[in-house]
Amino acid sequence: MGYNWFDRNLKWIYTMPALLFVLLMMVFPILYTGRISFYEWSMSATEPPRWVGLENYKALLTDGRFWHAVGATFTFTAGALFFQAILGIAIAMLLNRTFRGQNLVKTLFLLPMVATPVAMGLVWMLIYEPTIGAANQMLKFFGLDPLLWLGSPNQVLPSLIIIDVWEWTPMIALIIMAGLSTLPNDPYEAADVDGATAWQKFRHITLPLLRPTIVVALLLRLIDVLKTYDIIYATTQGGPNFASETLNLYGYVLGFQYFKMGPASTLLVLFFLLVMALTLALIWVRKKVEA
Amino acid sequence: MKKKNRVKNIILGILTVLVILIFSFPFLWMLLASFKTQAQIMSTEDVLLFKPTFDNYKSVFEQYDFLDFIVNSLVVAVVSTIGSLLLGLPAAYAIARYKMQKLSLVILVARIVPGITFLIPWYILFSKIGLVDTYTALILSHMLVGLPFIIWVMMSFFEGLPHEIEEAGLIDGATKSQVFLKIIMPISGPGVITSSLLSFIFSWNNFMFSIILAGDKTKTLPVAVFNFISYSETNWGALMAAACIITLPVLIIALVAQRYIVSGLAAGAVKG
Repeated sequence: MGYNWFDRNLKWIYTMPALLFVLLMMVFPILYTGRISFYEWSMSATEPPRWVGLENYKALLTDGRFWHAVGATFTFTAGALFFQAILGIAIAMLLNRTFRGQNLVKTLFLLPMVATPVAMGLVWMLIYEPTIGAANQMLKFFGLDPLLWLGSPNQVLPSLIIIDVWEWTPMIALIIMAGLSTLPNDPYEAADVDGATAWQKFRHITLPLLRPTIVVALLLRLIDVLKTYDIIYATTQGGPNFASETLNLYGYVLGFQYFKMGPASTLLVLFFLLVMALTLALIWVRKKVEA
Repeated sequence: MKKKNRVKNIILGILTVLVILIFSFPFLWMLLASFKTQAQIMSTEDVLLFKPTFDNYKSVFEQYDFLDFIVNSLVVAVVSTIGSLLLGLPAAYAIARYKMQKLSLVILVARIVPGITFLIPWYILFSKIGLVDTYTALILSHMLVGLPFIIWVMMSFFEGLPHEIEEAGLIDGATKSQVFLKIIMPISGPGVITSSLLSFIFSWNNFMFSIILAGDKTKTLPVAVFNFISYSETNWGALMAAACIITLPVLIIALVAQRYIVSGLAAGAVKG
Protein backbone atom coordinates (compact mmCIF):
# COMPACT_ATOMS: atom_id res chain seq x y z
CA MET A 1 0.00 0.00 0.00
CA GLY A 2 2.80 2.41 0.93
CA TYR A 3 4.54 1.79 -2.34
CA ASN A 4 1.34 2.49 -4.25
CA TRP A 5 0.77 5.79 -2.53
CA PHE A 6 4.38 6.79 -3.16
CA ASP A 7 4.17 5.78 -6.80
CA ARG A 8 0.92 7.60 -7.46
CA ASN A 9 2.21 10.83 -5.96
CA LEU A 10 5.71 10.45 -7.30
CA LYS A 11 5.60 13.57 -9.41
CA TRP A 12 4.83 15.76 -6.38
CA ILE A 13 7.19 13.95 -4.01
CA TYR A 14 10.04 14.36 -6.47
CA THR A 15 9.42 18.01 -7.21
CA MET A 16 8.34 19.21 -3.75
CA PRO A 17 11.81 19.65 -2.15
CA ALA A 18 13.15 21.65 -5.10
CA LEU A 19 9.94 23.66 -5.32
CA LEU A 20 9.98 24.47 -1.60
CA PHE A 21 13.60 25.53 -1.88
CA VAL A 22 12.86 27.85 -4.79
CA LEU A 23 9.81 29.28 -3.01
CA LEU A 24 11.73 29.96 0.20
CA MET A 25 14.92 31.22 -1.38
CA MET A 26 13.53 33.03 -4.41
CA VAL A 27 9.82 33.82 -4.38
CA PHE A 28 9.73 34.89 -0.75
CA PRO A 29 12.78 37.19 -1.09
CA ILE A 30 11.32 38.83 -4.20
CA LEU A 31 8.05 39.53 -2.36
CA TYR A 32 10.00 40.82 0.62
CA THR A 33 12.03 43.12 -1.62
CA GLY A 34 8.75 44.40 -3.06
CA ARG A 35 7.47 45.14 0.45
CA ILE A 36 10.63 46.89 1.65
CA SER A 37 10.46 49.14 -1.42
CA PHE A 38 7.53 50.94 0.30
CA TYR A 39 9.49 51.46 3.52
CA GLU A 40 12.41 53.45 4.79
CA TRP A 41 14.87 51.41 6.77
CA SER A 42 18.62 51.45 7.42
CA MET A 43 18.74 47.94 8.95
CA SER A 44 18.87 49.49 12.40
CA ALA A 45 17.71 47.22 15.20
CA THR A 46 16.24 50.06 17.26
CA GLU A 47 14.45 51.89 14.46
CA PRO A 48 11.88 49.69 12.74
CA PRO A 49 11.07 50.13 9.03
CA ARG A 50 8.88 53.19 8.41
CA TRP A 51 6.07 53.09 5.81
CA VAL A 52 6.63 55.77 3.15
CA GLY A 53 4.27 54.62 0.42
CA LEU A 54 5.44 55.53 -3.07
CA GLU A 55 8.05 58.02 -1.84
CA ASN A 56 10.98 55.72 -2.73
CA TYR A 57 9.68 55.29 -6.26
CA LYS A 58 9.14 59.06 -6.71
CA ALA A 59 12.60 59.79 -5.35
CA LEU A 60 14.30 57.19 -7.51
CA LEU A 61 12.57 58.23 -10.73
CA THR A 62 13.78 61.82 -10.20
CA ASP A 63 17.26 60.71 -9.12
CA GLY A 64 19.86 61.68 -11.73
CA ARG A 65 22.20 58.92 -10.59
CA PHE A 66 19.47 56.33 -11.26
CA TRP A 67 18.93 57.52 -14.84
CA HIS A 68 22.65 57.62 -15.32
CA ALA A 69 22.79 53.98 -14.23
CA VAL A 70 19.99 53.15 -16.68
CA GLY A 71 22.04 54.76 -19.45
CA ALA A 72 25.23 52.95 -18.45
CA THR A 73 23.38 49.63 -18.34
CA PHE A 74 21.96 50.11 -21.83
CA THR A 75 25.23 51.35 -23.32
CA PHE A 76 27.16 48.43 -21.84
CA THR A 77 24.55 45.87 -22.86
CA ALA A 78 24.08 47.16 -26.41
CA GLY A 79 27.81 47.52 -27.03
CA ALA A 80 28.69 44.10 -25.64
CA LEU A 81 25.88 42.31 -27.51
CA PHE A 82 26.65 44.04 -30.82
CA PHE A 83 30.31 43.07 -30.90
CA GLN A 84 29.72 39.61 -29.46
CA ALA A 85 27.16 38.87 -32.17
CA ILE A 86 29.38 39.97 -35.06
CA LEU A 87 32.58 38.42 -33.72
CA GLY A 88 30.75 35.29 -32.56
CA ILE A 89 29.31 34.64 -36.03
CA ALA A 90 32.64 35.41 -37.73
CA ILE A 91 34.62 33.12 -35.41
CA ALA A 92 32.06 30.34 -35.69
CA MET A 93 32.36 30.48 -39.49
CA LEU A 94 36.17 30.49 -39.17
CA LEU A 95 36.35 27.48 -36.84
CA ASN A 96 33.59 25.51 -38.58
CA ARG A 97 35.86 23.31 -40.70
CA THR A 98 38.07 20.33 -40.03
CA PHE A 99 41.68 21.17 -39.27
CA ARG A 100 44.50 19.80 -37.18
CA GLY A 101 44.34 20.71 -33.49
CA GLN A 102 40.63 21.49 -33.75
CA ASN A 103 39.86 20.16 -30.29
CA LEU A 104 42.67 22.05 -28.63
CA VAL A 105 41.51 25.27 -30.29
CA LYS A 106 37.96 24.72 -29.07
CA THR A 107 39.19 24.03 -25.54
CA LEU A 108 41.37 27.13 -25.42
CA PHE A 109 38.43 29.08 -26.73
CA LEU A 110 36.31 27.80 -23.83
CA LEU A 111 38.60 29.17 -21.14
CA PRO A 112 37.53 32.85 -20.97
CA MET A 113 33.95 31.97 -20.02
CA VAL A 114 34.76 29.44 -17.31
CA ALA A 115 37.66 31.31 -15.71
CA THR A 116 36.77 33.10 -12.46
CA PRO A 117 35.50 36.58 -13.48
CA VAL A 118 37.01 38.38 -10.49
CA ALA A 119 40.45 36.97 -11.26
CA MET A 120 40.03 37.90 -14.92
CA GLY A 121 39.00 41.40 -13.85
CA LEU A 122 42.32 41.73 -11.99
CA VAL A 123 44.24 40.51 -15.03
CA TRP A 124 42.51 43.07 -17.21
CA MET A 125 43.31 45.78 -14.64
CA LEU A 126 46.97 44.96 -15.17
CA ILE A 127 46.51 44.91 -18.96
CA TYR A 128 44.76 48.30 -18.87
CA GLU A 129 47.25 49.84 -16.40
CA PRO A 130 48.17 53.12 -18.17
CA THR A 131 51.96 53.08 -17.58
CA ILE A 132 52.89 49.39 -17.52
CA GLY A 133 49.84 47.71 -19.09
CA ALA A 134 49.95 45.65 -22.26
CA ALA A 135 47.12 47.64 -23.84
CA ASN A 136 49.07 50.89 -24.01
CA GLN A 137 52.26 49.09 -25.04
CA MET A 138 50.28 47.66 -27.93
CA LEU A 139 49.01 51.14 -28.87
CA LYS A 140 52.57 52.47 -28.68
CA PHE A 141 53.77 49.66 -30.94
CA PHE A 142 51.28 50.80 -33.57
CA GLY A 143 52.31 54.42 -33.05
CA LEU A 144 49.07 55.43 -31.31
CA ASP A 145 48.59 57.64 -28.26
CA PRO A 146 48.15 55.87 -24.91
CA LEU A 147 44.68 55.76 -23.33
CA LEU A 148 43.50 55.87 -19.72
CA TRP A 149 41.16 52.88 -20.23
CA LEU A 150 39.40 52.07 -16.93
CA GLY A 151 40.65 55.35 -15.44
CA SER A 152 38.73 57.68 -17.72
CA PRO A 153 34.98 58.30 -17.47
CA ASN A 154 34.75 58.29 -21.28
CA GLN A 155 36.78 55.18 -21.88
CA VAL A 156 35.66 53.01 -18.99
CA LEU A 157 32.51 51.58 -20.62
CA PRO A 158 34.22 50.66 -23.91
CA SER A 159 37.05 49.10 -21.87
CA LEU A 160 34.57 47.02 -19.88
CA ILE A 161 32.76 46.07 -23.10
CA ILE A 162 36.06 44.72 -24.45
CA ILE A 163 36.40 42.52 -21.34
CA ASP A 164 32.88 41.20 -21.71
CA VAL A 165 33.38 40.59 -25.44
CA TRP A 166 36.58 38.68 -24.68
CA GLU A 167 34.82 36.65 -22.02
CA TRP A 168 31.60 35.79 -23.81
CA THR A 169 32.11 35.85 -27.59
CA PRO A 170 33.16 32.18 -27.32
CA MET A 171 29.70 31.37 -25.94
CA ILE A 172 27.95 32.85 -29.00
CA ALA A 173 30.46 31.17 -31.32
CA LEU A 174 29.91 27.77 -29.67
CA ILE A 175 26.13 28.03 -29.92
CA ILE A 176 26.34 29.09 -33.57
CA MET A 177 28.78 26.28 -34.34
CA ALA A 178 26.27 23.84 -32.85
CA GLY A 179 23.64 25.42 -35.11
CA LEU A 180 25.90 25.24 -38.17
CA SER A 181 26.36 21.50 -37.73
CA THR A 182 22.61 20.94 -38.12
CA LEU A 183 22.21 22.89 -41.38
CA PRO A 184 21.08 20.87 -44.44
CA ASN A 185 23.47 20.35 -47.34
CA ASP A 186 21.03 20.68 -50.25
CA PRO A 187 20.80 24.49 -50.46
CA TYR A 188 24.59 24.74 -50.66
CA GLU A 189 24.78 22.14 -53.42
CA ALA A 190 22.10 23.99 -55.37
CA ALA A 191 24.00 27.26 -54.85
CA ASP A 192 27.22 25.65 -56.10
CA VAL A 193 25.43 24.56 -59.25
CA ASP A 194 24.29 28.16 -59.73
CA GLY A 195 27.87 29.35 -59.22
CA ALA A 196 27.23 31.38 -56.06
CA THR A 197 30.21 33.01 -54.29
CA ALA A 198 31.09 32.13 -50.71
CA TRP A 199 29.74 35.48 -49.51
CA GLN A 200 26.46 34.99 -51.39
CA LYS A 201 26.07 31.55 -49.82
CA PHE A 202 26.73 32.99 -46.38
CA ARG A 203 24.44 35.97 -46.90
CA HIS A 204 21.51 34.16 -48.54
CA ILE A 205 21.66 30.63 -47.08
CA THR A 206 23.66 30.42 -43.86
CA LEU A 207 22.50 33.63 -42.23
CA PRO A 208 18.75 33.12 -42.80
CA LEU A 209 18.93 29.47 -41.69
CA LEU A 210 20.90 30.46 -38.58
CA ARG A 211 18.58 33.28 -37.59
CA PRO A 212 16.73 31.36 -34.86
CA THR A 213 20.04 30.14 -33.38
CA ILE A 214 21.47 33.66 -33.38
CA VAL A 215 18.36 35.03 -31.69
CA VAL A 216 18.56 32.37 -28.96
CA ALA A 217 22.26 33.04 -28.38
CA LEU A 218 21.64 36.78 -28.11
CA LEU A 219 18.67 36.23 -25.80
CA LEU A 220 20.82 34.20 -23.42
CA ARG A 221 23.56 36.79 -23.50
CA LEU A 222 21.14 39.70 -23.06
CA ILE A 223 19.84 38.21 -19.82
CA ASP A 224 23.37 37.85 -18.49
CA VAL A 225 24.91 41.08 -19.81
CA LEU A 226 22.18 43.13 -18.11
CA LYS A 227 23.18 41.53 -14.83
CA THR A 228 26.96 41.87 -15.25
CA TYR A 229 28.44 42.52 -11.84
CA ASP A 230 31.69 40.67 -11.10
CA ILE A 231 33.85 42.23 -13.79
CA ILE A 232 32.60 45.77 -13.19
CA TYR A 233 32.75 45.65 -9.42
CA ALA A 234 36.18 44.02 -9.39
CA THR A 235 37.75 46.54 -11.76
CA THR A 236 36.02 49.90 -11.20
CA GLN A 237 33.33 49.55 -8.49
CA GLY A 238 31.23 51.76 -10.75
CA GLY A 239 33.82 54.50 -11.17
CA PRO A 240 35.47 56.68 -12.19
CA ASN A 241 32.93 59.34 -11.34
CA PHE A 242 30.06 56.76 -11.49
CA ALA A 243 30.71 56.37 -15.24
CA SER A 244 30.46 52.56 -15.10
CA GLU A 245 27.76 52.39 -12.44
CA THR A 246 25.09 50.11 -13.93
CA LEU A 247 21.74 49.38 -12.29
CA ASN A 248 23.12 46.24 -10.68
CA LEU A 249 25.97 48.19 -9.10
CA TYR A 250 23.86 51.15 -7.99
CA GLY A 251 21.45 48.75 -6.30
CA TYR A 252 24.38 47.12 -4.54
CA VAL A 253 25.80 50.48 -3.42
CA LEU A 254 22.41 51.71 -2.13
CA GLY A 255 21.86 48.52 -0.18
CA PHE A 256 25.24 47.49 1.13
CA GLN A 257 27.26 50.69 1.26
CA TYR A 258 24.60 53.28 2.18
CA PHE A 259 22.29 50.74 3.88
CA LYS A 260 19.28 52.50 2.36
CA MET A 261 17.23 49.32 2.15
CA GLY A 262 14.06 51.08 0.91
CA PRO A 263 15.53 52.86 -2.13
CA ALA A 264 17.75 49.85 -2.88
CA SER A 265 14.72 47.56 -2.93
CA THR A 266 12.84 50.03 -5.11
CA LEU A 267 15.67 49.98 -7.61
CA LEU A 268 15.80 46.19 -7.54
CA VAL A 269 12.05 45.93 -8.15
CA LEU A 270 12.40 48.16 -11.22
CA PHE A 271 15.51 46.28 -12.37
CA PHE A 272 13.69 42.97 -11.93
CA LEU A 273 10.75 44.22 -14.00
CA LEU A 274 13.10 45.52 -16.68
CA VAL A 275 14.93 42.20 -17.01
CA MET A 276 11.66 40.24 -17.10
CA ALA A 277 10.09 42.60 -19.66
CA LEU A 278 13.10 42.48 -21.98
CA THR A 279 13.28 38.70 -21.71
CA LEU A 280 9.59 38.31 -22.50
CA ALA A 281 9.92 40.72 -25.42
CA LEU A 282 12.79 38.69 -26.81
CA ILE A 283 11.00 35.38 -26.36
CA TRP A 284 8.14 36.95 -28.31
CA VAL A 285 10.51 38.11 -31.05
CA ARG A 286 12.01 34.62 -31.15
CA LYS A 287 8.58 33.07 -31.69
CA LYS A 288 8.01 35.53 -34.56
CA VAL A 289 11.36 34.66 -36.12
CA GLU A 290 10.74 30.95 -35.88
CA ALA A 291 7.19 31.11 -37.19
CA MET B 1 41.71 25.86 -58.32
CA LYS B 2 43.92 23.71 -56.07
CA LYS B 3 46.38 26.53 -55.54
CA LYS B 4 43.62 28.95 -54.68
CA ASN B 5 42.38 26.50 -52.06
CA ARG B 6 45.81 26.24 -50.51
CA VAL B 7 46.15 30.00 -50.20
CA LYS B 8 42.70 30.12 -48.68
CA ASN B 9 43.62 27.45 -46.14
CA ILE B 10 46.78 29.27 -45.13
CA ILE B 11 44.86 32.51 -44.60
CA LEU B 12 42.22 30.71 -42.53
CA GLY B 13 44.98 29.02 -40.53
CA ILE B 14 46.66 32.33 -39.76
CA LEU B 15 43.33 33.85 -38.74
CA THR B 16 42.61 30.91 -36.43
CA VAL B 17 46.00 31.25 -34.74
CA LEU B 18 45.42 34.99 -34.37
CA VAL B 19 42.01 34.47 -32.76
CA ILE B 20 43.42 31.92 -30.33
CA LEU B 21 46.34 34.19 -29.46
CA ILE B 22 44.02 37.11 -28.72
CA PHE B 23 41.68 35.02 -26.58
CA SER B 24 44.49 33.33 -24.63
CA PHE B 25 46.51 36.52 -24.21
CA PRO B 26 45.12 37.50 -20.77
CA PHE B 27 45.93 34.02 -19.45
CA LEU B 28 49.48 34.20 -20.78
CA TRP B 29 49.90 37.67 -19.32
CA MET B 30 48.59 36.52 -15.94
CA LEU B 31 50.90 33.49 -15.90
CA LEU B 32 53.98 35.52 -16.90
CA ALA B 33 53.30 38.28 -14.37
CA SER B 34 52.80 35.75 -11.57
CA PHE B 35 56.48 34.74 -11.97
CA LYS B 36 57.82 38.30 -12.13
CA THR B 37 59.09 40.60 -9.41
CA GLN B 38 57.34 43.93 -8.99
CA ALA B 39 60.32 45.60 -10.71
CA GLN B 40 60.08 43.27 -13.68
CA ILE B 41 56.37 43.97 -14.03
CA MET B 42 56.98 47.71 -13.82
CA SER B 43 59.56 47.61 -16.59
CA THR B 44 58.28 47.41 -20.14
CA GLU B 45 61.45 45.74 -21.39
CA ASP B 46 62.15 42.01 -21.48
CA VAL B 47 58.46 41.21 -21.36
CA LEU B 48 58.94 37.60 -22.38
CA LEU B 49 62.51 36.87 -21.26
CA PHE B 50 63.08 37.26 -17.54
CA LYS B 51 64.37 35.30 -14.56
CA PRO B 52 61.27 33.69 -13.00
CA THR B 53 60.64 33.98 -9.28
CA PHE B 54 58.36 31.94 -7.06
CA ASP B 55 58.22 34.62 -4.36
CA ASN B 56 54.71 35.69 -5.40
CA TYR B 57 53.28 32.24 -4.80
CA LYS B 58 55.20 31.95 -1.53
CA SER B 59 53.88 35.29 -0.27
CA VAL B 60 50.31 34.41 -1.23
CA PHE B 61 50.43 31.37 1.03
CA GLU B 62 52.62 32.82 3.76
CA GLN B 63 51.20 36.32 4.21
CA TYR B 64 47.56 35.47 3.67
CA ASP B 65 45.60 32.41 4.83
CA PHE B 66 45.19 31.34 1.27
CA LEU B 67 44.81 27.69 2.18
CA ASP B 68 41.79 28.58 4.34
CA PHE B 69 40.18 30.39 1.43
CA ILE B 70 40.77 27.41 -0.84
CA VAL B 71 39.14 25.10 1.72
CA ASN B 72 36.18 27.50 2.13
CA SER B 73 35.65 27.68 -1.63
CA LEU B 74 35.89 23.91 -2.01
CA VAL B 75 33.46 23.17 0.83
CA VAL B 76 30.87 25.62 -0.47
CA ALA B 77 31.21 24.52 -4.10
CA VAL B 78 31.11 20.79 -3.38
CA VAL B 79 28.29 20.86 -0.83
CA SER B 80 26.12 23.27 -2.84
CA THR B 81 26.56 21.09 -5.92
CA ILE B 82 25.66 17.91 -4.04
CA GLY B 83 22.66 19.67 -2.49
CA SER B 84 21.54 20.89 -5.90
CA LEU B 85 21.88 17.38 -7.33
CA LEU B 86 19.85 15.82 -4.49
CA LEU B 87 17.00 18.30 -4.94
CA GLY B 88 17.40 18.76 -8.67
CA LEU B 89 17.68 15.26 -10.13
CA PRO B 90 14.31 13.91 -8.91
CA ALA B 91 12.64 17.23 -9.75
CA ALA B 92 14.10 17.30 -13.26
CA TYR B 93 13.00 13.70 -13.80
CA ALA B 94 9.43 14.37 -12.68
CA ILE B 95 9.19 17.59 -14.71
CA ALA B 96 10.48 15.80 -17.82
CA ARG B 97 8.35 12.64 -17.44
CA TYR B 98 5.08 14.23 -16.36
CA LYS B 99 5.48 17.27 -18.60
CA MET B 100 5.05 19.75 -15.73
CA GLN B 101 5.24 22.84 -17.94
CA LYS B 102 4.42 25.37 -15.24
CA LEU B 103 7.23 24.13 -13.03
CA SER B 104 9.72 24.30 -15.86
CA LEU B 105 8.65 27.92 -16.31
CA VAL B 106 9.37 28.59 -12.62
CA ILE B 107 12.85 27.15 -13.13
CA LEU B 108 13.38 29.34 -16.17
CA VAL B 109 12.39 32.42 -14.17
CA ALA B 110 14.83 31.38 -11.44
CA ARG B 111 17.57 31.47 -14.04
CA ILE B 112 16.57 34.89 -15.38
CA VAL B 113 15.95 36.91 -12.21
CA PRO B 114 18.93 39.09 -11.26
CA GLY B 115 20.60 37.51 -8.23
CA ILE B 116 20.92 40.86 -6.50
CA THR B 117 17.13 40.94 -6.06
CA PHE B 118 17.41 38.19 -3.44
CA LEU B 119 20.46 39.54 -1.76
CA ILE B 120 18.84 42.22 0.39
CA PRO B 121 16.19 39.94 1.92
CA TRP B 122 18.74 37.18 2.44
CA TYR B 123 21.13 39.54 4.12
CA ILE B 124 18.41 40.89 6.42
CA LEU B 125 17.13 37.41 7.23
CA PHE B 126 20.54 35.80 7.64
CA SER B 127 21.78 38.61 9.91
CA LYS B 128 18.68 38.22 12.08
CA ILE B 129 19.20 34.50 12.62
CA GLY B 130 22.99 34.79 12.80
CA LEU B 131 23.76 32.96 9.59
CA VAL B 132 25.95 35.61 7.96
CA ASP B 133 29.52 34.32 7.74
CA THR B 134 28.48 30.67 7.91
CA TYR B 135 28.82 27.93 5.34
CA THR B 136 25.04 27.42 5.49
CA ALA B 137 24.26 30.88 4.12
CA LEU B 138 26.83 30.56 1.35
CA ILE B 139 25.77 27.05 0.38
CA LEU B 140 22.07 27.97 0.29
CA SER B 141 22.73 31.04 -1.85
CA HIS B 142 25.01 29.18 -4.26
CA MET B 143 22.40 26.44 -4.57
CA LEU B 144 20.02 28.98 -6.01
CA VAL B 145 22.38 29.23 -8.98
CA GLY B 146 23.22 25.53 -9.17
CA LEU B 147 19.75 24.05 -8.66
CA PRO B 148 17.90 25.76 -11.54
CA PHE B 149 20.84 25.05 -13.81
CA ILE B 150 20.98 21.35 -12.91
CA ILE B 151 17.22 20.99 -13.32
CA TRP B 152 17.38 22.77 -16.67
CA VAL B 153 20.16 20.59 -18.08
CA MET B 154 18.81 17.32 -16.65
CA MET B 155 15.27 18.03 -17.85
CA SER B 156 16.38 17.95 -21.47
CA PHE B 157 18.63 14.97 -20.73
CA PHE B 158 15.76 12.91 -19.26
CA GLU B 159 13.44 13.97 -22.08
CA GLY B 160 15.94 12.51 -24.50
CA LEU B 161 15.87 9.03 -22.92
CA PRO B 162 13.57 6.53 -24.65
CA HIS B 163 10.37 5.65 -22.77
CA GLU B 164 10.84 1.92 -23.46
CA ILE B 165 13.59 1.66 -20.84
CA GLU B 166 11.20 2.65 -18.07
CA GLU B 167 8.29 0.62 -19.38
CA ALA B 168 10.40 -2.53 -19.37
CA GLY B 169 11.25 -1.92 -15.72
CA LEU B 170 7.62 -1.30 -14.76
CA ILE B 171 6.48 -4.51 -16.47
CA ASP B 172 9.09 -6.39 -14.45
CA GLY B 173 7.27 -5.19 -11.33
CA ALA B 174 9.61 -2.41 -10.23
CA THR B 175 8.07 0.67 -8.59
CA LYS B 176 8.50 4.03 -10.30
CA SER B 177 11.11 5.16 -7.79
CA GLN B 178 13.04 1.92 -8.28
CA VAL B 179 12.96 2.61 -12.01
CA PHE B 180 14.37 6.07 -11.40
CA LEU B 181 17.07 5.00 -8.96
CA LYS B 182 18.14 1.68 -10.46
CA ILE B 183 17.50 2.11 -14.19
CA ILE B 184 17.49 5.81 -15.05
CA MET B 185 20.22 7.11 -12.73
CA PRO B 186 22.90 4.59 -13.79
CA ILE B 187 22.59 5.65 -17.44
CA SER B 188 22.50 9.39 -16.64
CA GLY B 189 26.23 9.74 -16.04
CA PRO B 190 26.97 12.16 -18.88
CA GLY B 191 24.14 14.51 -17.89
CA VAL B 192 25.05 14.43 -14.22
CA ILE B 193 28.73 15.07 -14.95
CA THR B 194 27.92 18.00 -17.23
CA SER B 195 25.49 19.67 -14.87
CA SER B 196 27.49 19.13 -11.68
CA LEU B 197 30.77 20.31 -13.19
CA LEU B 198 29.14 23.55 -14.29
CA SER B 199 27.33 23.94 -10.99
CA PHE B 200 30.71 23.52 -9.24
CA ILE B 201 32.31 26.11 -11.52
CA PHE B 202 29.47 28.62 -10.97
CA SER B 203 29.87 28.27 -7.21
CA TRP B 204 33.68 28.40 -7.34
CA ASN B 205 33.47 31.62 -9.39
CA ASN B 206 30.62 33.24 -7.45
CA PHE B 207 31.47 36.70 -6.20
CA MET B 208 28.26 38.65 -5.70
CA PHE B 209 26.64 36.43 -3.08
CA SER B 210 29.90 35.60 -1.33
CA ILE B 211 31.09 39.17 -0.90
CA ILE B 212 27.94 39.94 1.13
CA LEU B 213 27.28 36.65 2.89
CA ALA B 214 30.85 35.54 3.63
CA GLY B 215 32.81 36.96 6.53
CA ASP B 216 36.30 36.45 7.90
CA LYS B 217 35.68 32.80 8.77
CA THR B 218 34.12 31.72 5.48
CA LYS B 219 35.77 34.04 2.98
CA THR B 220 35.89 32.31 -0.40
CA LEU B 221 38.66 32.75 -2.98
CA PRO B 222 37.02 35.37 -5.23
CA VAL B 223 36.33 37.60 -2.21
CA ALA B 224 39.83 37.03 -0.82
CA VAL B 225 41.47 37.88 -4.14
CA PHE B 226 39.31 40.98 -4.47
CA ASN B 227 40.34 42.11 -0.98
CA PHE B 228 43.99 41.96 -2.04
CA ILE B 229 43.43 45.09 -4.13
CA SER B 230 41.64 47.12 -1.53
CA TYR B 231 43.96 46.47 1.41
CA SER B 232 47.46 46.87 0.09
CA GLU B 233 49.07 48.99 -2.56
CA THR B 234 48.89 46.95 -5.69
CA ASN B 235 51.39 44.11 -5.52
CA TRP B 236 50.78 42.94 -9.08
CA GLY B 237 52.91 39.80 -8.86
CA ALA B 238 51.08 38.42 -5.82
CA LEU B 239 47.75 39.46 -7.30
CA MET B 240 48.48 37.53 -10.49
CA ALA B 241 49.73 34.51 -8.52
CA ALA B 242 46.45 34.54 -6.61
CA ALA B 243 44.52 34.87 -9.86
CA CYS B 244 46.42 31.88 -11.29
CA ILE B 245 45.67 29.72 -8.24
CA ILE B 246 41.97 30.52 -8.29
CA THR B 247 41.67 29.95 -12.05
CA LEU B 248 43.72 26.75 -12.17
CA PRO B 249 41.06 24.23 -10.99
CA VAL B 250 38.48 25.62 -13.39
CA LEU B 251 40.94 25.51 -16.28
CA ILE B 252 41.84 21.91 -15.46
CA ILE B 253 38.16 20.95 -15.41
CA ALA B 254 37.66 22.67 -18.76
CA LEU B 255 40.68 20.94 -20.30
CA VAL B 256 39.84 17.47 -19.02
CA ALA B 257 36.07 17.62 -19.48
CA GLN B 258 35.85 19.93 -22.49
CA ARG B 259 33.11 17.85 -24.13
CA TYR B 260 30.88 18.00 -21.05
CA ILE B 261 31.38 21.70 -20.48
CA VAL B 262 30.51 22.58 -24.06
CA SER B 263 27.37 20.49 -24.01
CA GLY B 264 26.37 22.03 -20.66
CA LEU B 265 26.88 25.59 -21.81
CA ALA B 266 25.03 24.84 -25.03
CA ALA B 267 22.20 23.04 -23.23
CA GLY B 268 20.71 26.32 -22.10
CA ALA B 269 20.70 27.38 -25.72
CA VAL B 270 19.12 24.33 -27.29
CA LYS B 271 15.95 24.58 -25.27
CA GLY B 272 16.27 28.14 -23.98
